[in-house]
Amino acid sequence: MKHMTRKATRHVSQNEGLIFEKSSPGKAAWKLPPLDVPEIDASKLLGSAERKDLGNMPEVSEIEIIRHFTRLSTWNYAIDLGMYPLGSCTMKYNPRVNEVVARLEGLANGHPYQPERASQGALRILKTLSECLLEITGMDAITLQPAAGAHGELTGLLMVRAYQESKGTPRKKILIPDSAHGTNPATAAMVGYAVENLKSNSQGMVDIAALSGQMNQDVAALMLTNPNTLGIFEQEIEQIAAILHAKGGLLYMDGANMNALVGKVRPGDFGVDLMHLNLHKTFSTPHGGGGPGSGPVAVKNILGPFLPKPVLITKPDGTLGFEYDRPQSVGRVRAFYGNFGMFVRALAYILANGPDGLRQTTEDAVLNANYIRKGLEGAYDLPYSTPTMHEVVFSDRRQAKKRVKTMDIAKRLIDYGFHPYTTAFPLIVPGALMIEATESESKEELDLFIESMRSIAEEVEEDPQTVLTAPHSTRISRLDETTAARKPVLRWKPAAE
Amino acid sequence: MRYLPKSPADREAMLKALGKRSISEFFTPIPAKYRLERDLKIPRQMAESEIVDWFRERSRENGDGYAIFLGAGAYYHYRPVIIDSLILRGEFLTAYTPYQAEVSQGTLQSIFEFQTMICELTGMEVANASMYDGSTATAEAVMMAVRLTGRPSVLVARNVHPEYQEVLSTYAHHQGLPISTLSFTEAGRLDPEDLERSITGETACVLIQSPNFFGTIEDVAAIAEIAHKHGALLVVAIAEAISLGMVKPPQQADIIALEAQSFGVPLGFGGPYCGVIATREQFVRQMPGRLVGQTTDRNGKRGFVLTLATREQHIRREKATSNICTNQALIALMANIFMTVYGKVGLRDLAKQNLAKTAYAMDQFGKHAGLLFTGAPRFNEFVVKTSEDPGAINSRILGHKIVGGLPLKKFYPELGNASLWCCTEMTTRTAIDTAAAMVAESEGSSGARDVDVEELTR
Repeated sequence: MKHMTRKATRHVSQNEGLIFEKSSPGKAAWKLPPLDVPEIDASKLLGSAERKDLGNMPEVSEIEIIRHFTRLSTWNYAIDLGMYPLGSCTMKYNPRVNEVVARLEGLANGHPYQPERASQGALRILKTLSECLLEITGMDAITLQPAAGAHGELTGLLMVRAYQESKGTPRKKILIPDSAHGTNPATAAMVGYAVENLKSNSQGMVDIAALSGQMNQDVAALMLTNPNTLGIFEQEIEQIAAILHAKGGLLYMDGANMNALVGKVRPGDFGVDLMHLNLHKTFSTPHGGGGPGSGPVAVKNILGPFLPKPVLITKPDGTLGFEYDRPQSVGRVRAFYGNFGMFVRALAYILANGPDGLRQTTEDAVLNANYIRKGLEGAYDLPYSTPTMHEVVFSDRRQAKKRVKTMDIAKRLIDYGFHPYTTAFPLIVPGALMIEATESESKEELDLFIESMRSIAEEVEEDPQTVLTAPHSTRISRLDETTAARKPVLRWKPAAE
Repeated sequence: MRYLPKSPADREAMLKALGKRSISEFFTPIPAKYRLERDLKIPRQMAESEIVDWFRERSRENGDGYAIFLGAGAYYHYRPVIIDSLILRGEFLTAYTPYQAEVSQGTLQSIFEFQTMICELTGMEVANASMYDGSTATAEAVMMAVRLTGRPSVLVARNVHPEYQEVLSTYAHHQGLPISTLSFTEAGRLDPEDLERSITGETACVLIQSPNFFGTIEDVAAIAEIAHKHGALLVVAIAEAISLGMVKPPQQADIIALEAQSFGVPLGFGGPYCGVIATREQFVRQMPGRLVGQTTDRNGKRGFVLTLATREQHIRREKATSNICTNQALIALMANIFMTVYGKVGLRDLAKQNLAKTAYAMDQFGKHAGLLFTGAPRFNEFVVKTSEDPGAINSRILGHKIVGGLPLKKFYPELGNASLWCCTEMTTRTAIDTAAAMVAESEGSSGARDVDVEELTR
């Protein structure tokens, strides 16, 4: 076989049913200690509110649970297995010391309402992380409360709105480039703003003339991802900020791609008024199959009064505490203080790196993206030749002539031992192949990736059917998503008796 | 830097292959005046051992080893050790959102099981893959009810967690959504007469919590009847998921917003937790958040996919049901494993221990101090009223390495010196006796003493 994959081989994949299919009465994986207080009569205490039966909840033993989830786990791809070239997702190594420190007793078992004087450790972590993130972003004030990137966007736009209201009117619109993530327009709608699309120019950057034309007193802010989703740094950022600011608009930066900038340039220095960070992207907290994330929002001083409450403060006696009396605050966006466990991990990552490590990280991420770009140029169409930062976007234009689409190539990549790249995004590139290696990939892994992608490009020419029907090496082949959506089966039910 | 897998020679070779002399050539798109030519002013690079030491120090400064009587939306329960053994497997910990179903069946099947168990426990027909937490799930559930009914106003019980109420008002503020609050009775329950008076044909939904913020179990059936009579939906928030082992689920609800933190998720100073929305099948297309569905592959083999994505932001952009993208998948997996460990019988026995400890504590506290809201059944929280400021009592109890109940004055000034106490299966009889004795001592002395009172209410 010509197109042999060097990275992957088949391994035993064990079958495993649903946990409910293993259940039978009398099996148990739990044991409670003896009760040290008198037994109670539940029906007397609860009356008609008492629940007698827990329906189809499973009854299984501990070894079955261990095997069940271990077997399921082997059906997943993961960073620990190899490169995860998802563009805009920044799938980097998740350091294990992060997991250890997040589980230290006093941090893992700290109650959010325990007295401040018994919470100085947790508050010191909030404080230290906040200071690091402010230095990294070049901003003045920060909230760690938002639970994910989209939640950070929501928080940011609530602050934009509050700020604009304080100047007289909330204004009506948010400008969003056509290359933006879907969360941007969805967030604007949640905050009661109309979304106005901003076209990109032929280089894949904000069209300055279009921006000037569209910017007026109705625009509250521009939501800009920088570098944008094409992996391109907005070179005219100074002008972009000036155009917005001249007419009272704010520059919001979606920090999804901050991995391209840390230690090399600070958004606060190039005119950004507020931005969110994704700790689960740039700062190495694990994706965990879709979360938890954490989406701190950093702002310039003009927006400080509007931060969600409570705000962390240093008290006159030098101890740390929360301030709740914030009359101009947008309010709370989440109960308690945010995804604290992610703050611990992100800070552990920053401490492990220091200034030199963070700079080297950014440089390696950008080096890797450019290395992939060079390696795949010629095999895939590159719609924008503007210099690449941390990710590169190709299109399936060439392969589409053989009726092979980006998703097919992505699925074939699975057979070569990689997770697919991001498909069909950004929207301005039809049939996009969006690739971000992050700094976590060695030259060897990148060479394997490039070799695999080039091999698939050849397969498309010689044997497109193999690519169209991929993957061939997985437990299951492509799934019937249409039926899944038309006749949703969203839970297990026992077979009818 | 130890996380970076390249030698200097690798970097040289790569730069050479790219025809560049230095890495800085890749950063020339950044205008020169903005380029950072200095080190970031952050702590220097640390060794792993130094990092562990630094956080150990913080852990020690953070009430390590205290017995706690705090609940109020964050509950201290035992976490079976296999939860961490399993979630620390790299295939779960370091996997992305399962958009590529063929290489994500492990995550997808486990979410499907999670959705099933949440349905079983809540009595609802569908449950999503998770929301950020109980407070945001509650706010999104209310928004969902507004979309479903097309009505513009919302009624919220005052005994819903005050921070959930705050989050809801933040979310609702820019949707032009008036929110009115409903008072509670002597029994700590929602006042049905106030509900009857306040509900109109414009009311989208009634939001209650059960067990509510005071620990009292609401008469959900009666409230549902009033809401439904006026064409409004009933949204029920549940902050203490363990209650579902012993307390009838609010099946008459139209939408349930659950905080699943009690299911094996560490207190973690307030997060990450695990919200979930569960509802009736007919409402699923207005539900926010990811959903996993069962389907088949080309060979007819059972498999699982993310489905009904046309509700979501990456497809619908500004017309999506929510902007939520990343959720709490790994935390949902913790809850999933917890539910599997305790299962049909264990969850009930666990809940019963919570109930027993709470009943004992109420007896002990009740001998010396007033108990509020005793006229209705409750789960594992209760409200104590003292003559002295509960902050002062707590300051003394803290000396015994015990964190007392949450003073309620800040949220409910009319309750005066009331505080909210919680017992779980982790609360020992000794801790209860010690705390009750301290409260008794306070009640026995004349007037407040001169102690250093810290404002415990956040």
